[in-house]
Amino acid sequence: MSTDFYRDGEPVADAKAPTGPIAERWERRRFSGRLVNPANRRKLRVIVVGTGLAGASAAATLGELGYRVANYCFQDSARRAHSIAAQGGINAAKNYRNDGDSVHRLFYDTVKGGDFRSRESNVHRLAEVSTEIIDQCVAQGVPFAREYGGLLDNRSFGGAQVSRTFYARGQTGQQLLLGAYQALQRQVAAGTVDLHTRHEMLELVIVEGKARGIIVRDLVTGEISTELADAVVLATGGYGNVFFLSTNAKGCNVTASWRAHRKGAYFANPCYTQIHPTCIPQSGDHQSKLTLMSESLRNDGRVWVPKKRGDHRHPAEIPEDERDYYLERRYPAFGNLVPRDIASRAAKIVCDEGHGVGPGGLGVYLDFADAIDRLGQKAVEARYGNLFDMYERITGENPYERPMRIYPAVHYTMGGLWVDYDLSSNIPGLFVTGEANFSDHGANRLGASALMQGLSDGYFVLPNTISDYLADGPFEALGEDHEAVVAARKEVDDRIEFFLHNDGDRTVDSFHRELGKIMWEYCGMERSDEGLRKAIGLIRDLKAEFYKRVKVTGKAEQLNQELEKAGRVADFFELGELMCIDALHRTESCGGHFRAESQTEEGEAKRDDEHFSYVAAWEFGEDEPVLHKEALEFEYVKPTQRSYK
Amino acid sequence: MKLSLRIWRQPDADTKGEMVPYEIDGVSEDASFLEMLDVLNEHLISEGKDPVAFDHDCREGICGACSLVIDGQAHGPQAATTTCQLHMRKFSDGDSIDIEPWRAGAFPVIKDLVVDRSAFDRIIQAGGYISAPTGTAPDAHAVPIPKQDADAAFNAAACIGCGACVAACPNGSGMLFMAAKVAHLGLTPQGQPERQTRVLGMVAAHDEAGFGGCTNVGECSAACPKEIGLDVIGRLNKDFRKAAIRAA
Repeated sequence: MSTDFYRDGEPVADAKAPTGPIAERWERRRFSGRLVNPANRRKLRVIVVGTGLAGASAAATLGELGYRVANYCFQDSARRAHSIAAQGGINAAKNYRNDGDSVHRLFYDTVKGGDFRSRESNVHRLAEVSTEIIDQCVAQGVPFAREYGGLLDNRSFGGAQVSRTFYARGQTGQQLLLGAYQALQRQVAAGTVDLHTRHEMLELVIVEGKARGIIVRDLVTGEISTELADAVVLATGGYGNVFFLSTNAKGCNVTASWRAHRKGAYFANPCYTQIHPTCIPQSGDHQSKLTLMSESLRNDGRVWVPKKRGDHRHPAEIPEDERDYYLERRYPAFGNLVPRDIASRAAKIVCDEGHGVGPGGLGVYLDFADAIDRLGQKAVEARYGNLFDMYERITGENPYERPMRIYPAVHYTMGGLWVDYDLSSNIPGLFVTGEANFSDHGANRLGASALMQGLSDGYFVLPNTISDYLADGPFEALGEDHEAVVAARKEVDDRIEFFLHNDGDRTVDSFHRELGKIMWEYCGMERSDEGLRKAIGLIRDLKAEFYKRVKVTGKAEQLNQELEKAGRVADFFELGELMCIDALHRTESCGGHFRAESQTEEGEAKRDDEHFSYVAAWEFGEDEPVLHKEALEFEYVKPTQRSYK
Repeated sequence: MKLSLRIWRQPDADTKGEMVPYEIDGVSEDASFLEMLDVLNEHLISEGKDPVAFDHDCREGICGACSLVIDGQAHGPQAATTTCQLHMRKFSDGDSIDIEPWRAGAFPVIKDLVVDRSAFDRIIQAGGYISAPTGTAPDAHAVPIPKQDADAAFNAAACIGCGACVAACPNGSGMLFMAAKVAHLGLTPQGQPERQTRVLGMVAAHDEAGFGGCTNVGECSAACPKEIGLDVIGRLNKDFRKAAIRAA
């Protein structure tokens, strides 16, 4: 069957989820998976691309197990991967607070929070492993927040009704990443991990259907080289930078994933993006990125806008009865703590209606006046001091005296390369971990769950599942003169040649900015049939212009940051189009994907389980992508309409 | 606002560099310092010139990639602020601003404002970790840690590895970076078994990388965007003396 912009293909054959009672599945899988004898591990080479939580933890653990690991990152040090910027915390079902938490409750909350678009088996495993992660990190010396008795502190976070979030002030990601980074450096010193910084993966090498290596560019010398191995792990993060403005680091990109996709790896649910409600609003056209203010602020801050449209008075001059605390009004049960997708859209609605504050009316107030009255400024300072300071540095306004202005921004991408239960893509030998895969968060990720998933994949899941594949290795030795290697290198060389010799007149950033605006306008917080069709046309036109007019200065054999950006933006164009096609085909609203045509009478998201209870796994096609559906079954958590009223 | 910039340009590690003047107009005071450089680069590319290379990534003050000496100060004039978090409202219309890379023997220039900080990774490889292979950990509550120790460990662990301490030090010493890690791990019970080998290994790696010695000048702490205190250096010295005596 052929539909608009895509073709229907065969359903996904096998997601390898084990059967039996859900609480026993992970144990069963670990037992049924084949192992590799310790003496044979050193004969097996594994490439890990990326050094964030999912990459560094996997590389370090595989090194500890005795495999020979080659690890790559584009940053100048493994410690700079963007996991470092995660602020809020990491969930674990420890039930240290005795407040009714359990593995099953974390599992339940995550499936529900994901709006019933994730796999039960995967999510249950994540919840099981969560407790081991905290143990592991504490053993590494991660300085989590503690209470006076010396035990670990927990907080409630991102819409959860139990306190299961472990944190290290507002720098949890930094501390967890440094733990993984240090474990990785220990393996570098031990000689099990060969770490290459300032290298970017530009192509995947596939031989006889198996992923066997990557082509990388040394970002300092420009040298192109080949790394061959028995398996390749992509831990290359999310693709939020397709929007140009996002809370991602400037270097975050989709190239490694997209090159794998072009070689046959399915890309799943690309339209599921998370728009985070508490970011600092854009201040002007020079803006290069958006900064997140931790969601934990919503624990004590109250969100409001003036009831009167276009009210430009100083917030202190707006009396209480002229303020609309719209989250508390619309969602009395959860109030300011509703999940991210709901808080973001509610902010968009009030701003679209003309109640927004600050430049362009794109902002809402996050007010701490009540918290300061109740707890005192000192207590508020102890909780959020570093965040308040950051806000003041960026905006020049003092949030102790004047409410913060916040607005939603792209933060995380739930979609990613399709993986089975073993974290293997549909290309044998290509594994995908962390944000780069799609598997655990469904259509919406809950707060403090990204760090949990990255470390779960890297420390505990992948090292256990990859052995089943590697048990068949080592695979036939390859030379750099193998035709697949030569062909992959040629593709890389041709792309670089093209960019450097294109007789253009527009900068890469100018195209990226324009692409981002299209994506934000039509594939952002609210999507519609009409808008998405328009976006696909606009992206295609802009892409054609990009190839005609893009200008890249400098040479290939040097540090050339424009050349790096050009390749990444070229891939963002193709991804952006697929995101719009995915969003267009999914005519329901679910999680971060809100279709204007599918809402309840009260304006809430309306899911369509009858037609869309599946993972959309897209196969690359030169003319049009092919849709493979993986049906989702819910045996333990029965799908209900999410309600936070 | 209108600014006169002088920026260090150096095509590669082997070629001599120089300060090159640039004029830039229409800079918004709400722009960050790096966004000002983005605007400059857009102009340069349009004129067919090579844009200024500089390291940056998260642009929210935590990855530690950005690394500019602005008017002689590592990360510029605002205390406790990385280059990426510095905003143009801290400058005035008509200002002249000098922009240079980190200058230190152990951080060779790669291009323009980009330097090689891999020596920091080598210091960590020499002992800046706790040996806890995945899967070996006891329950997280098995060993309580007094809150004041945990807080002190966190303060030291807040280091972002940017290298401003080295750039600010007249000796080009990496002492504050190294001592922050020694203090972080030494303040936790889990870090005790390797405390002595750690400090000996890290100091040896530090010296081998070509960093200078510490003479307690204190510029490092003043330049540190995360306000790591000099007390960590006292801790390192104490640990080092103890370990050296034991090892002798």
